[in-house]
Amino acid sequence: LGLALYASGLCVVSGTAFLYHDYCVIGAGPSGLQVAYFLQQASRDYIVFERSHAPGSFFALYPRHRKLISINKQYTGKSNSEFNLRHDWNSLLSHDHRLLFRHYSRDFFPNADTMVHYLEDFASLLKLRIQYNTAIIHVTLERDRQAWNGHYFLLTDQDRQNYKCSSLLVATGTWVPNVVNFPGSEYVEGYETVSIKPEDFAGQTVLILGRGNSAFETAENILGVTNFIHMVSRSRVRLSWATHYVGDLRAINNGLLDTYQLKSLDGLLEGDLEDLAIVKDKKGKLHITLRFYLENRNTSAGIDSITLPQDELDNFATRAPYDRVIRCLGWKFDFSIYNRSLKLMPGKGNKKKYPQIKPSYESRGTRGLFVLGTASHSVDFRKSAGGFIHGFRYTTRAVHRLLENRHHGVPWPSTIYPITQLTNSIIKRVNEASGLYQMFSVLADIILLRENATAFEYLEEYPVGVLAELEVQTGRKAPNGLFVVILEYGRNFSGADKDVFYYNRAVGEAQHAWQSNFLHPVIYYYKHLPTEREMRLRPPDWPLPHPDAIHHIVEDFLTDWTAPNAHILPLRRFLENCLSTDLRNFFAESCFLFAFTRQKLPPFCRQGYMRMQGLLGSQGLRHHAAEAGLLEDHTLTDLLGDRPPDSHEGSQDQLLRDHVIPVRPLQHLVNAKDE
Amino acid sequence: MSAQKVRWVSAFSFLLFCASSVPTWGSARLLRELSPHDYFSSLQAGRASLAYFSHDASPGAQPFLEQIENSVEALQDYGISVVKVQCPKEDVSRYCGEENALRKAYLFRGNMLMREFPTDALFDVDAVVANVLFALLFNEVKYVETLADLQNIENAVKGRSNIVFAYVPATGTAEHRAVMEAAFVYGTVHQFVLTTEATLLKDTGNDKPDVSSARLLFCHCQRATDLAQPCRRTAMGQALTLLNIHRHLKLMGAPLVTEVAEDPEKVSTVHLQLGLPLVFILSQKETYEADRRTAEFVAWQLLGKAGVALLSRDLVDLNVLLRSNVALKTPDEGVPIKYLALEDTDEVITLVEDKSKVEQIQEGEEEEEEEEKENNNQDVQDDQVVEAVSRDKKRELPLEQILALTEETFHSALLEAARTVVLFYASWEAVSLAVLRSYTEVADHLKGTRGVSLSRVNCWDWPGVCTKENVTQFPTIKIYEKGERSVVYDGMWATEELTSFIMLSRVSCPLKLATIDEAEGYLRGEFPSELSSYHHTSLLGVFSTATSEAREAFEEAGSILSGHVTMGMYFEDDALALSRKYAVSPPALLLARSGGQSVEGIALSKQSAQDMVQMIRYELLDIFPEITVQNLPRYLQLRKPFLILFSDGDISQMESEEMLKLAKGRPQRAFVACWLNVRKTPVGRGVLKTYFATVPSLPVLLWVNLHAGGQVFKFPPEQSITEANILSWLEKLKAGLEVPSSTLSEEDWKPPLPAYDFLQMMETAELPLHTSHRHGDTPAQHPPENPGGDVTIQETKAEKVGSPGRDLRGTAPRLAAREKQGKRHSEL
Repeated sequence: LGLALYASGLCVVSGTAFLYHDYCVIGAGPSGLQVAYFLQQASRDYIVFERSHAPGSFFALYPRHRKLISINKQYTGKSNSEFNLRHDWNSLLSHDHRLLFRHYSRDFFPNADTMVHYLEDFASLLKLRIQYNTAIIHVTLERDRQAWNGHYFLLTDQDRQNYKCSSLLVATGTWVPNVVNFPGSEYVEGYETVSIKPEDFAGQTVLILGRGNSAFETAENILGVTNFIHMVSRSRVRLSWATHYVGDLRAINNGLLDTYQLKSLDGLLEGDLEDLAIVKDKKGKLHITLRFYLENRNTSAGIDSITLPQDELDNFATRAPYDRVIRCLGWKFDFSIYNRSLKLMPGKGNKKKYPQIKPSYESRGTRGLFVLGTASHSVDFRKSAGGFIHGFRYTTRAVHRLLENRHHGVPWPSTIYPITQLTNSIIKRVNEASGLYQMFSVLADIILLRENATAFEYLEEYPVGVLAELEVQTGRKAPNGLFVVILEYGRNFSGADKDVFYYNRAVGEAQHAWQSNFLHPVIYYYKHLPTEREMRLRPPDWPLPHPDAIHHIVEDFLTDWTAPNAHILPLRRFLENCLSTDLRNFFAESCFLFAFTRQKLPPFCRQGYMRMQGLLGSQGLRHHAAEAGLLEDHTLTDLLGDRPPDSHEGSQDQLLRDHVIPVRPLQHLVNAKDE
Repeated sequence: MSAQKVRWVSAFSFLLFCASSVPTWGSARLLRELSPHDYFSSLQAGRASLAYFSHDASPGAQPFLEQIENSVEALQDYGISVVKVQCPKEDVSRYCGEENALRKAYLFRGNMLMREFPTDALFDVDAVVANVLFALLFNEVKYVETLADLQNIENAVKGRSNIVFAYVPATGTAEHRAVMEAAFVYGTVHQFVLTTEATLLKDTGNDKPDVSSARLLFCHCQRATDLAQPCRRTAMGQALTLLNIHRHLKLMGAPLVTEVAEDPEKVSTVHLQLGLPLVFILSQKETYEADRRTAEFVAWQLLGKAGVALLSRDLVDLNVLLRSNVALKTPDEGVPIKYLALEDTDEVITLVEDKSKVEQIQEGEEEEEEEEKENNNQDVQDDQVVEAVSRDKKRELPLEQILALTEETFHSALLEAARTVVLFYASWEAVSLAVLRSYTEVADHLKGTRGVSLSRVNCWDWPGVCTKENVTQFPTIKIYEKGERSVVYDGMWATEELTSFIMLSRVSCPLKLATIDEAEGYLRGEFPSELSSYHHTSLLGVFSTATSEAREAFEEAGSILSGHVTMGMYFEDDALALSRKYAVSPPALLLARSGGQSVEGIALSKQSAQDMVQMIRYELLDIFPEITVQNLPRYLQLRKPFLILFSDGDISQMESEEMLKLAKGRPQRAFVACWLNVRKTPVGRGVLKTYFATVPSLPVLLWVNLHAGGQVFKFPPEQSITEANILSWLEKLKAGLEVPSSTLSEEDWKPPLPAYDFLQMMETAELPLHTSHRHGDTPAQHPPENPGGDVTIQETKAEKVGSPGRDLRGTAPRLAAREKQGKRHSEL
């Protein structure tokens, strides 16, 4: 059916002409381009609609002061391209090495124009199919049992042109400025239009509504020329380095905190904007009062009759009049274009600026409608990076993989390894994977165990929120248990009011790894795929339900988890105990001994030596192993005849326990007792 | 006096049997009734007799008389006669005349009066015997009233003899009698001390003496050398009966530790005869002294409860686990000896004192072991490869010969040499690094070899290249032919094998031979010249022009086996000449082992390439190979039992010939006949040690059922290794007439140590919060002592404070602390 429709390209339904595509993407911003790239790579029938004449139109205007707060790290000391993406927050994912942001800007915090330029290049170099100057103004559904999702999406643009799609990918971001209505809000200037020239604010007293990065960015810009700046917001300031959430106030913008806390020059106030009112006096100065006072006054009276808070409370904080009031309250999703039948509802509470979606990024109301990019941030709002390029480039890829499986029978990409590679696969991924790192607690690697735990299947970056639906969503089977590899911060470590610099905040010992605070890998083991009910009932703060076993790899100052004893060894023990097997490596000589003396062999010998891929090891290495008491040196025994007793003790190891002469002296106990 | 004693002692064994068990023996009237005159004249020197005097009618003495009469028999056993002296009415002599005298009994030795007993002291048989013996044994049994008396006696006998110290609540009791009877026998061997003073009991070290019951202590004064120290004491646990005392003294007299050098099943000691268990401490030469001390310590603890023997493993061929260190033999017949691996001496004692605990100890011990390991060993590296590599990491590898490739240089580098060998590895992965070390040795071997370049890609730095080259595991070695195909190396990770693979894959496989001369040279191993230095078996496919199908299969097989095998093919017009020479008809395969000394011909039929690969691999196996670490897997793949001759050095011509005859005689390879040189393959000793605990004298021929049952049979060493002998032995094996020397362990490969149980730690910490969210099916993981949870948290927090992570100031003490634990942490 899909093919037929694709072939026709244009179909006529009840007299109206529709242009048909399997996938329609609204918005050619970063996430729209990102999903277009994956659809293009998979040779899918798709189109991207962009109301502007170029991609990334949001960045053409915002941020107003043009400095992006996403880092663009030139040097990491590593050449690993996957790892380096951990510190590249601006690039989109592609196979083209030219399309790395570091080739576009050398600034640690690049200019927004560079982003626009980058996105243009991304669209053109990759030849993405984007229809510019097309503003979708209405989206509705057409029921059709034949359609992928039981309905088609009908899109109408500003020219009344109609489009029909099987799947709708909404990548419009959040671009509608948040406004508050209170008496006098007409005197308020918006962030989107306010002057960005500091000289326009010289000698002025400014009140800024809002406490996000745009508010502080605005303040930062004029800090040096104003009399003073006050900022009002309902909630307390949240510093991103304390909350580990990149959407909170970034250090680069927080100059005002400095002047406030040092010299009480500028200031922060907490209060509900809805209760405010602004009155303008005859000199054009703006006074803050409360809506409550205005409601009680005689409507006909002039400004003088209005009660100001300082009339009753003469040290009222904002009693000084302001020259300007600027609103910097952020943006929200544009819900207006969707027909009611799509049931695209705003989220609850602080997520009301985002549409409600499932952890699979599919709309709660409409099957086949996926929300991508910034607008999809309700999944991990104030937790992870899903609202930002460096996060949603991965969630977008995940959505694409879900779609490939659902509509094209292409299962989630996976690699099958022998079980001997289990520890290695995990170590490799937690050390280099950027998707796991950026989308911590949201995307996870899944390891599906094969029967008898002789092999496993590795799936990368699956959204853990839909773990219960794994088999349906990926087309892979999980009958023999699974591991979930995820990165987490320590619970209760991050938070707006937390002291993140307290003494001994870092754990150094592997045995205390569960108390790690900084981002560190956590591996969950389930004997059975968790059910949806278990997912729903998971403990608060847990990304996943109660596992059958859990392992934390101890936090590392260098985020380098390759230390043989502190990182790899405890992980191996954990995996061994989950699988009830022995995952150690053995030299061929040990395998030889086992082959002759035991009816069963450890996996490493079975999968290596017995298939003529044994690890002989150099003489030197075997000597080291013998010195460590982990390999018996039969030559040595013979040559020395009677060995000194201490070397004998040294060779007492668990490994070959049954093969060495056991010396289990009881006398030390005797001696202890005699004393 | 002393002669009398000897007599008494010799009478003892007789006495023991009859004293308690056959008391009615010879109950003919032993009580003699004599007149005073007769009595006194009958008294013999040295003979003891108990006499009482009576007038005809003295009714008051009636019960007393009965008791005396009853004890006649008992006293008779000690050579004491009892006499009733009938006093004539008119007699008023000393014994008959006095009114009081008639209420007494008199003990005479010879005609000397030893003691007179009031009748109320002789209230029953026990009292009669006790008192009579007490009176007679005044030298052998010292009565003490104070501790000082006791100590004086102790000091007097120290270093000379032992003391049997008995407390009886009162004299004349059954216990008193038992002590006296024992003293009668053992009085010359041990010094007996008797008391009725309960305070003495307290002072002899009994915490809560039960003063109402008699007690007997054996004081080991003979061993005591230090006069200031009281003698060691061993209390008798049982009731004071003659039999028990005898048993106790017998046990005290037995050697503390028996040295044993024979099969424990055959060992018997006093303990076993007396119904007590015998504990063997298994010893060996290396630890003999320590084990002896252990044994003695245990023996002291178990004195009177069990015997202790020291068994030297070196002298006895024990078929038990080597880790066993204790064995327990019970007196019950038919109960096999139990071999145990115990951790401390308390366990040995518990073992004896409460046999039901044996199993618990074994289980508990394992748990304890785990716990201990959790505390101590969990963070100690037990992976031999990882540990070896990390011990070697400070050594700089000679990597000059090996080109390090990057994402940028990878493709251009492949074009530079005819063959580029690339090792894909991860710099943090131990096996990779182990292979890298062998790889440097390969580079050394191949230095100067034209057309081969060795390089490496660190996938940790360049994951893109590795993904593109489809490298999913570390390490991987691929050999790229300039601008063409690549071959993945699938052989042993060893210098020799990899070098040979690289060298062999320089020649195309199969190699097209153009002339008969080339073909002959090829079979002799002289052509192509670059392979002449490599000892190998040459395979030559001979095809007529008509047999293209077989040729294609052969060529395909060649590409699969490339690097492992040298294959040539000849399909020129004169192929028939070649085939005629070797008596085959094309398509055929000629096999020239070791330099063309013998050429075998094998007819090829319509085989698929895969079948041909199988066939070639099979043909390349030797008939009577020397097994090495490298080639064992090839022979294991046959999944046949092994008939293997372990030899120290080369095997003799005779053995070799006999074995070869044997192997050749069975065309279907019912088993793998092979040999192993423990000098070349020292791990062979490890195999033998596992089978026999020690390396037997070599050569030794074994039948190992590797794939079915795992039994190991040892060819009788007294027989010579000849085909006939082996065959008849094998017949016996098949008939089940031989007993396996050993059986391969069926044990699974379980995790060597437990993991940190973070789940439990987290749960303990979060317990109040999430109780309701827990799975129903994992209750076992929750510690039952929930109230203790808080303590755990505090503890872990406290520990955390003590182990600062990022604080450099804390690093030195932390490392020092680790040093103290004696762990191997090569990591900082």
